[in-house]
Amino acid sequence: MFHNKRRAGALTALAAAAALVLAGCAVDSGSGGTGGTEGGGSDNLAITFLPKNLGNPYFDTSSAGAKEAIDEFGGTFAEVGPAEATPDSQVSYINTLTQQGVGAIAVSANDPEAICDALNEARDAGVKVVTFDSDTNPECRDLFINQATAEGIAKVQIDLIADQIGDAGEIAILSASANATNQNAWIELMKKELENHPNITLVDTVYGDDDDQTSFDKTAALLQTHPNLKGIISPTTVGIAAAARYLSTSEYKGKVALTGLGTPNQMREYVEDGTVTAFALWNPADLGYLTAYAAKALIEGTITGEEGDSFEAGKLGDYEVGADGTVLLGDPYVFDADNIGDFDF
Amino acid sequence: MTATTTTDAAVRTYRDYDRPLWQRVLLTREMAIIALLLIVALIAIPTVRGFSQPITLTFLLLDVMPILLIALPMTLIIITGEIDLSVASIAGLASVLTGVMTQAGVPFELAAVLAIVAGAIGGAINGFLITVVGLPSLAVTIGTLALYRGLAVGLLGTTAITDFPEFWTDLAKARVGGSNIPVVLFLFLVLLVVFVVLLHFTPFGRGIYAIGLASEAARFSGVRVERTKFILFMLSGTISALAGIYYTLRYGSARGDNATGLELQVIAAVLLGGVSIFGGRGAIHGVIAGVLLIGVLASALRLANVTSDVINIITGVLLVLSVVTSSFLAWLRKRRRAPGGTPRVEASTAG
Repeated sequence: MFHNKRRAGALTALAAAAALVLAGCAVDSGSGGTGGTEGGGSDNLAITFLPKNLGNPYFDTSSAGAKEAIDEFGGTFAEVGPAEATPDSQVSYINTLTQQGVGAIAVSANDPEAICDALNEARDAGVKVVTFDSDTNPECRDLFINQATAEGIAKVQIDLIADQIGDAGEIAILSASANATNQNAWIELMKKELENHPNITLVDTVYGDDDDQTSFDKTAALLQTHPNLKGIISPTTVGIAAAARYLSTSEYKGKVALTGLGTPNQMREYVEDGTVTAFALWNPADLGYLTAYAAKALIEGTITGEEGDSFEAGKLGDYEVGADGTVLLGDPYVFDADNIGDFDF
Repeated sequence: MTATTTTDAAVRTYRDYDRPLWQRVLLTREMAIIALLLIVALIAIPTVRGFSQPITLTFLLLDVMPILLIALPMTLIIITGEIDLSVASIAGLASVLTGVMTQAGVPFELAAVLAIVAGAIGGAINGFLITVVGLPSLAVTIGTLALYRGLAVGLLGTTAITDFPEFWTDLAKARVGGSNIPVVLFLFLVLLVVFVVLLHFTPFGRGIYAIGLASEAARFSGVRVERTKFILFMLSGTISALAGIYYTLRYGSARGDNATGLELQVIAAVLLGGVSIFGGRGAIHGVIAGVLLIGVLASALRLANVTSDVINIITGVLLVLSVVTSSFLAWLRKRRRAPGGTPRVEASTAG
């Protein structure tokens, strides 16, 4: 009898372990490199994109833009990444890419510090490192392609929500993971921006971990905890889509405003049915496109990442490197019912 | 454990004594895993581009080090028939505690020692609830998995502490001389010797197997079941905290979500290494091979541009197969022996 009881417990643990190993252990693919890692000018145009995690439509779009650019200049595009956006999971991919001797790694960092040493090892081996979307510490990469200034992003979201709720009432933020570099910086700046809107109160910040179901559940919980909530800002594409999906089928549809950063394809349905009036973003395809051209310029040695360097980025024109090795893509763009039809990403 | 030994000798239930020495040494599950590890490595070296570089070994060892460390006490715990799911949470908590104390001005060395003490206390709480209160370890450690992780995230909130003495962060990644052997490997080797001696060459270790085979019988034979388990859970907490500090230094970042999910990788590797989840069976060399097998497979497949889903499927199938075959073989052996003769007991790897 005792033995059976123990066996049942053991089997439960075993089943849980096996299931979670299958679902969880983030190990992932490498990329196609062509060797050749001499420093300075090189013709090794194997550029591998390492997003925060795979299966995220935002990074699918940026990678599509990157592939377009790399096809234009005849390089080799590859994309690898972990299944989960955890801080340490990118390290083994960076190590793998170093071993493969790719020309450049374009990475969106899950943690500004955790991947630093791995990136520096890659650079020591002659691999160029460009960060995009989410930066590391500046000493760990050659260039950072910034999608928009944090101030611009914070301001556009506060302006949108203020406009939608009549500049008064309770709002909440549904963010990505609690450690996300971008989101935390934007939230701080949004709080500053809110000082210009004395009648708006930020009552809560919750974290959906850039997971659809978690974000969906957190939205439901937010609305129950704060019955007077007038608006939600979700500065992450996964979060805003999940929140819109919840709102569109709930009694709060049209009563609670939702804005933030989203992609037109994910948000089209909710803009058309009136759940969402307007939201903002840059074009992630352009971001990937620009990142790829920046990587090319670094590999070929036309730029080194110094302030004032300038390079040509195909259809986007010419760009100049700013302070701290940063290249700015441009201003955020507001999508609404009138213009959303013009976009497909 | 003289009592245990005499009983065993009289009944002769160890399968080990009725076969020649070479069979006892070579035809074991542990050897099968070691052979599989060698086969995978030998196939990967000529076929996977980049795998034969010496640097592969460095990255591989650094990557699996936390798993290797925690696998040592986990092996002993699973052999007693218990389980500890809170190890990764204790590692995360130790990481955060080290970070918070370092930030508050405590010297790093002292902070690390205090965090290890906290890990030991965390393990002792597990041990207390399991042995004194008498709750099942699965339930207790699922609870403390959430509890310790909650404390870790709660303490540090949404921030990460990245300011650690360079000497220590460099040491965590340093290699011996010009070779590709990470320095941290020696820490592991010292602990390995301690655990191998403890499990395979002391009465305490024999007691661990006895508990896993039949807890009541062990108790009547003079094994102090509760004390043994309590010590093991405390050891597990201590080593997990140590792994957490290594993790912090390796990634230079103390965060509440450090090492999330590590417990499942550890348990998977331990089971793959031939330790029976029902207790009473297993050996440390098999576990080391299990950890390395998962690491080598992931490393080689990643370099061969195999996608994450396929790597997960291969690892999962391997684990399920290894558990199924050992159960199947045990069943077969029992069936073959059942008519007449001494029925075989699920045997241990007593040496």
